[in-house]
Amino acid sequence: MSGLKPAIAFEQVGVRFSRGGRDVVALENASFEVPESGFMTLLGPSGCGKSTLLRIVADIIRPSSGKVSILGETSAEARRARNIGFVFQDAALLPWLTVIDNVRLPLQIGRSDRREGRHTAEELLALVGLAGREQDFPHELSGGMRQRVSIARALLQEPRILLMDEPFGALDEITRDRLNDVLLHIWRETETTVLFVTHSIQEAAYLGQSVMVLAARPGRVREIVPVELQGPRSSSTRELPAFIKLCGQLRRILETC
Amino acid sequence: MNKDQTAMPLEHASSGDGVSLPDAPQAIRPTVFVRERLPGVMLPVTGVIVFIVLWWFAIRFFHIKPYIAPSPDAVAATLFNKRWILLQNLWPTAVEAICGFLLGNGMAIVVATVFVHSRTLERAFFPIMVLLNSVPVVAKAPILVLLLGNGLAPKIGIAAIVCFFPTLVNMARGLESVNPQALELMHVLSATRGEVFTRLRLPTAVPYLFSALKVAASTSVVGAIVGEWIGSQYGIGALIIQATYNFDSRLLYATVICGSVLSVLFFSIIRTAERVCARRYETRER
Repeated sequence: MSGLKPAIAFEQVGVRFSRGGRDVVALENASFEVPESGFMTLLGPSGCGKSTLLRIVADIIRPSSGKVSILGETSAEARRARNIGFVFQDAALLPWLTVIDNVRLPLQIGRSDRREGRHTAEELLALVGLAGREQDFPHELSGGMRQRVSIARALLQEPRILLMDEPFGALDEITRDRLNDVLLHIWRETETTVLFVTHSIQEAAYLGQSVMVLAARPGRVREIVPVELQGPRSSSTRELPAFIKLCGQLRRILETC
Repeated sequence: MNKDQTAMPLEHASSGDGVSLPDAPQAIRPTVFVRERLPGVMLPVTGVIVFIVLWWFAIRFFHIKPYIAPSPDAVAATLFNKRWILLQNLWPTAVEAICGFLLGNGMAIVVATVFVHSRTLERAFFPIMVLLNSVPVVAKAPILVLLLGNGLAPKIGIAAIVCFFPTLVNMARGLESVNPQALELMHVLSATRGEVFTRLRLPTAVPYLFSALKVAASTSVVGAIVGEWIGSQYGIGALIIQATYNFDSRLLYATVICGSVLSVLFFSIIRTAERVCARRYETRER
């Protein structure tokens, strides 16, 4: 953990495209930095460019202006070096592959010398609480389990940046809280940099070291709020006065977006 | 078939608490048979029998002449007596249909693959394929006979053409209908176009392909028969024409039955293959 060089740095980044002859601004003048091993959550109304921002980091969308630096390289270089893991809203598992084969999919793509990181696929499945389900097919799992498989898949090659696009959005609250703790455990163990998009104020405050609030039409960075909570998070964190105050503050910022 | 597999354990379970175990299976079998096997297999068979009896009565009752329509027993006798002639003519038709099926569907898969990778080629050539497809088979057949002569080739060509278009449309749709997030995942993994195709698009398209192949199985037989109508000396199609011109209704009906059996057989083979593959490729997610 150097803490000096930012893992993700955006400088005046904008995305615009034309849809039906009209110019649409998806993101305007976004500037921010995420330190290495940091955890930043992205919060905002729909259409504020949260997903767009994540896809710029992953080199799925090319920005129309500004400068993006990922681990000191371009986003394309970071992607090709397998330094980026992406967890999608829908688990996006391949239904014809077993759970273990889905986790190992990154090894099947590209050069044949691709190898697992510190943890094997089996160990990662155990880490997300799915030991013994290796030979199941995705349709045999619940929504929460599928999302955990996709997290294991994203972690397989030990990416230095983990991007998560509302991964727990479709889950019930109890499952979501439990997976939040699983995620924090993984984050502490792997020391990866996490960028996490959510709709939930509570989730954003609970997970992040800082919360980026975005405003819509045009999508832009409204404010970056540092999270100052003592000690590791647990279920009692949600009852701390500081936590409740933070949620109130985030809500007020969102109301002005 | 599936029904009785699921029904059997249920029957066992419900009788298991009261009745002594050794007697249970015998006591159950008739109820399962009446409730499950009978509607599943017996009802369609009964329907066929009723149809044949009605046919038989209609011929007798209305005094229909044998050269207009034969009675079912006469058709059955012809099927048996002329079995060698029928088989001799069934064989080339089957060969034409199978070759046409392989050729037409193979080309459709290749073209669909090209179209998915090149919008330009799709925009340029899809309209002309729609146009050619709109020409009726009976109109395309003479053109191919002129082009390809009088052997197996024009029949195979016609069978291939009738298979081609439905498979092209289905296969192209299947290759396009990939989960957009899975496509983004492939991009994040820096997958090449070839990898996206083999790892993602092709498996996604398998169920679409099979629904097209099932249609193609029957239409390829139709194509081969239509091809044989035009100046052919052999095959089910030629036999149909011959029998019609000779007012030999018994042979005509027997030939038509042979053609249908070929069609149904071909369809069943594809459906069996589909069931084997579907276990792996059906998109159960979502």
